[in-house]
Amino acid sequence: MNQIGFVLLSVLAVGSALSVILQRNPVMSALSLVVTIFSLALAFLSLGSSFVAVVQVIVYAGAVMVLFVFVIMLLDLGRREPFKLTGVGRKILGIAAVAAFLFQISASLSAVGVMGARPPEPLPPGYGTALAIGRSVFTDYVYPFEAASVLLLAAMVGALILAKRRI
Amino acid sequence: MSQTVVVDIVRIAVILGMFLGCVAYLVWVERKLLGHIQIRVGPKRVGPYGLLQPIADFVKLVSKEDLTPPNAHRALFRLAPAIALVPAILSIAVIPFGGTIRVLGREMPIGIADINVGLLYVFAMSSMGVFGIALAGWSSNNKYSLMGGLRSSAQLISYEVSLGLSVLGVVLLAGTFSLREIVAAQHPIPFVALQPVGFLLFLMASSAEIARIPFDLPEAETELVAGFHTEYSSMKFAMFFVAEYANLVTVSAMAVTLFLGGWNGPFLPGPIWFALKTAAMLFLFIWVRGTLPRYRYDQLMRFGWKFLLPVALLNLLVTALIVALSGGEG
Amino acid sequence: MVTLGHYLGLSAVLFAIGVTGVLVRRNALVVFMSIELMLNAANLAFVAFARHRADVGGLVFVFFVLAVAAAEVAVGLAIIIAIYRNRGTVNVDEINLMRW
Repeated sequence: MNQIGFVLLSVLAVGSALSVILQRNPVMSALSLVVTIFSLALAFLSLGSSFVAVVQVIVYAGAVMVLFVFVIMLLDLGRREPFKLTGVGRKILGIAAVAAFLFQISASLSAVGVMGARPPEPLPPGYGTALAIGRSVFTDYVYPFEAASVLLLAAMVGALILAKRRI
Repeated sequence: MSQTVVVDIVRIAVILGMFLGCVAYLVWVERKLLGHIQIRVGPKRVGPYGLLQPIADFVKLVSKEDLTPPNAHRALFRLAPAIALVPAILSIAVIPFGGTIRVLGREMPIGIADINVGLLYVFAMSSMGVFGIALAGWSSNNKYSLMGGLRSSAQLISYEVSLGLSVLGVVLLAGTFSLREIVAAQHPIPFVALQPVGFLLFLMASSAEIARIPFDLPEAETELVAGFHTEYSSMKFAMFFVAEYANLVTVSAMAVTLFLGGWNGPFLPGPIWFALKTAAMLFLFIWVRGTLPRYRYDQLMRFGWKFLLPVALLNLLVTALIVALSGGEG
Repeated sequence: MVTLGHYLGLSAVLFAIGVTGVLVRRNALVVFMSIELMLNAANLAFVAFARHRADVGGLVFVFFVLAVAAAEVAVGLAIIIAIYRNRGTVNVDEINLMRW
């Protein structure tokens, strides 16, 4: 991807991410997050993983964010008195902590020297296809895969018990 | 270079124009067919056989007053119809309408794009349409709209799962997500012969996904006025309307692509076969609408989770077993 | 030429925005969305590293992150609904007592 495309993508992603945390109305926050998810899907596409990009849109935008919007509508939170941000003291503390974190990250990135020191390795044919990913999941990562399935089952049971008044 | 860009633009314009024309006349066809099913004649005043009815409808909708209810969330109220319509139109980008055609010395496939995750792209787009409906219901600030929006988001999330599982059998048989390769894999035998259960599941889940009778709960007139678009009028209402019919055409085209062999067929050229099969699917959907009553909401949810999902899982399991035992892909 | 460092930088900025959201917002749903933002930032780093090293393993981790996010959202939103039923609020400052 060329630099102009990357800059546009970054502006879109960072702008919508800022909008997530700055909007007073949670519905607008949710929509901004959908935009962020789409821009990240574009970034994945530019990194040669179209399968991951599409799955990202289906799972995050199509399922997770729809659930968010659904809950906001169900509890009718968008209409109430909008929440204010926390007090000034904590706001300053929070931003200071984040600035320290960013400084740390940039320091370690430049120390390790990943800022364009090595060119990316050439892609093998079939990189990022469902076939390659599936093969990897069911051979090298089969135990994490099983653990993830147990996690999903536990989440399903847990959500049911929490949300249902009577079982 | 510039020539190919022009060819691409013309190609997109032609396909989009045909698609939208098809959507406009689908409304006429549906009213006419429903009329005959109910022993009426349907629209007949505007032009011969009422053929100019879509244009009359369009003029009527555009010239109506565009109302925004007080206390509605204005920005989202305006945005929601666009969010519903845009993904509905974007889905056709990956559907292959025929083999290849030679234009200006360049061999090119009939269709807009062929991406290797085409099937998943269609799913991604169809799952975006939920936002339009949910936001329309919420931003209208109206009880019936909110109920319609909530119902429809619950319904669409529930049936999306069965819809995805119902086509996975086809993916296993074809070994690819690319719609063009799926069609090519159906050359002698269309997948409906190998996946009859999958086809029926696809039909049921997709008519729930596009909120057609018998699953049109989001806009059940008798209980919810008009559901999520109660407060919409004029052009904004027209956008929801077009989105609904565009989804119907897309679902029919997907059924043809995935199960009925796409453009494959003897004697006639590919695109004509594709159009004929799609028309047959559309007729089926309209016929169902003229025949079946609407489900109750609890029946809809029970049907989706307790019947459709287990059967889809079973179908996937059996298909996977057969493919694995016959030494197929992988 | 866009390098790995550019993507990692974008990922770090998005992650930082997510952390800020968790620290300064009081609406539990928005806090939750900020957590999703952090998970997404991590996904971007995974995909960028996978591309750089031409290793599909990084893409596999994206799927695990997706599974964790889906599980987390199902349980988390159920908890938020349960809290709202009991307390009538989703303000995290008012639900700091773990009893009612």
